[in-house]
Amino acid sequence: MKKIILALTLLALPGLGLAAGGEGYPLQVAPIDLHNKASLQKGAKLFVNYCMGCHSLEHQRYNRLARDIGLTDDQVKEHLIFTGAKVGELMKNSMPKADAKQWFGVPPPDLTLIARSRGVDYLYTYLQTFYLDPTRPFGVNNAAFPNAGMPHVLWELQGWQKPVYEVHKGKGKDSPDTKVLTGFELVQPGSMSPPEYKEAMADLVNFLAYVAEPIQLERQRIGIWVVLFLFLASVVFYLLKKEYWKDIH
Amino acid sequence: MANTQGTTGVLGWIDERFPLTKMIREHLTEYYAPKNFNFWYFFGSLALLVLVNQILTGIWLTMSYKPSAADAFASVEYIMRDVDWGWLIRYMHSTGASAFFLMVYLHMYRALIYGSYKKPRELIWIFGVVIFLCLMAEAFMGYLLPWGQMSYWGAQVIINLFSAIPIVGPDLSVWIRGDYVISDATLNRFFSLHVIALPLVLLGLVVAHILALHEVGSNNPDGVEIKKLKDEKGIPLDGIPFHPYYTVKDLVGVMVFFLFFAVVIFFMPEMGGYFLEHPNFDPADSLKTPPHIAPVWYFTPFYAMLRAVPSFAGTQVWGVLVMGAAIVILFFLPWLDRSPVKSIRYRGFSFKLILAAFVVSFLVLGYLGALPTTPARTSLAQICTIIYFAFFFLLPFLPAFEKTKPVPERVTWK
Repeated sequence: MKKIILALTLLALPGLGLAAGGEGYPLQVAPIDLHNKASLQKGAKLFVNYCMGCHSLEHQRYNRLARDIGLTDDQVKEHLIFTGAKVGELMKNSMPKADAKQWFGVPPPDLTLIARSRGVDYLYTYLQTFYLDPTRPFGVNNAAFPNAGMPHVLWELQGWQKPVYEVHKGKGKDSPDTKVLTGFELVQPGSMSPPEYKEAMADLVNFLAYVAEPIQLERQRIGIWVVLFLFLASVVFYLLKKEYWKDIH
Repeated sequence: MANTQGTTGVLGWIDERFPLTKMIREHLTEYYAPKNFNFWYFFGSLALLVLVNQILTGIWLTMSYKPSAADAFASVEYIMRDVDWGWLIRYMHSTGASAFFLMVYLHMYRALIYGSYKKPRELIWIFGVVIFLCLMAEAFMGYLLPWGQMSYWGAQVIINLFSAIPIVGPDLSVWIRGDYVISDATLNRFFSLHVIALPLVLLGLVVAHILALHEVGSNNPDGVEIKKLKDEKGIPLDGIPFHPYYTVKDLVGVMVFFLFFAVVIFFMPEMGGYFLEHPNFDPADSLKTPPHIAPVWYFTPFYAMLRAVPSFAGTQVWGVLVMGAAIVILFFLPWLDRSPVKSIRYRGFSFKLILAAFVVSFLVLGYLGALPTTPARTSLAQICTIIYFAFFFLLPFLPAFEKTKPVPERVTWK
């Protein structure tokens, strides 16, 4: 009886879940590979060159970054530090929060944990879906984050793209035609070809995924041994229990 | 000089001054537990284990955490990145919070199916419900400390519940916060309550819970009182010493528990956003309300009840009352269940039916409480809330038509 009720409930639940599904632009799956040091280094380079003017990584230290993505402290000092910060310092930037609020309406958020709060797929999609929209203050809008306050900083790499809509015919006066954003058309190419840009964004998101939790790979590596040990310990303790209990009837 | 325990040497010296051997005998080596404990009997000792885990990891977290609105969020990331093994301690604590509730819910379910709350164990049950309440307060206050968006807005929602109370409500909520909004003052007092006040109360209650248990003896899956039949030495025929038999058995449970615990900590510490909610990786912002505020999974059944109750006569206090009643009613369970039969093994179909409905409604409420509301979901939550309470209102009437089976004299195996 209990099982039947449970089964019926479980059958009914997905229906309720689906009803909540958002109507947003479909997210692309980000190809995350934290073992790929070259990708992380390219991502770090993109970040300090294009993002860090406005967005800090205020919980991340430069030398931790160096160690984790396979660079020396000197390499980091030479290629990644533009602010005069010491290599053991946190990756802050020099944009005053008060000014930033005046310029953009909201201060650009710190991005240390953005991959954990929004998810990598969102970031990957967001970075690729800026499109021309003359109604917005910076002339661009975004499919993953409609009415985003950020200009398209990476336009020299990606170029400019305009939105492509699919029109769904309405059924008369009560339900007018609806426009659904289905894709983009490149109207002015950038310095990168579309596949190159896509790969660069994968590197950047990969880097942000690392920064959000630098211990990830180490944690999983240790975890395997801990789980193995506990599995063996469970077996040993089970045999011990059996030995003690053999005369209990 | 001889002592009553017959010990000599250093131990003898101690036993003349402190009841060490006496306590070990009373609570371990000569505490006779029924020999037929099954799977469900692991969760009491595991809940205790998690309590110890929370206290130890909590002590170490407190060494690096800064309870101020300006520093709290950054200090948690400092623990995650710069403190040696800080990430492990933090994940053990955050996963431990969810594990604690899971163990306690399973432990309470065990009491429900085997009638462990019935005479003479009413006080054990009552202490247990107070522990549950205390644990809820402890978890709620602890959740504010990382000072993320969900910490902030979750606390905002719950503290605002107090403002729904007529007349004193608004002043009461200001008194709780120490400010007109959740602020540094709130964070500081929640920190104090979370690390000192509530753990002290919890520990005291756990001691009372175990002392009461050892006074009357443990129930078992057959619901048989093993103390009724004793051998010539006064030892229950179906009893075995807790130590070594149940210590070695519980150790197996501990290892298997740690195995699952480690899998979560090392491979899925966020548990898909259920143990660590994604929006909580954004620092608290009093000007930006998240689109969907959901409590952590262990509060969702009660949160769903709160939302399911419509406002009436111009006040929303009814939802708060229903949510409170859902817990308060647990205190009366030993007197609501009037059947002389304890264990579900010998109870009739009617009991099994209402218990199954109760469990399913609780699970569905838990599921709904984590989602945004829609009219269909609210209706379902209302139905489940009614089923939840119906369980308690039907219990007293069951003996009139419930066909119970005869309870054996001795415990059975399996």
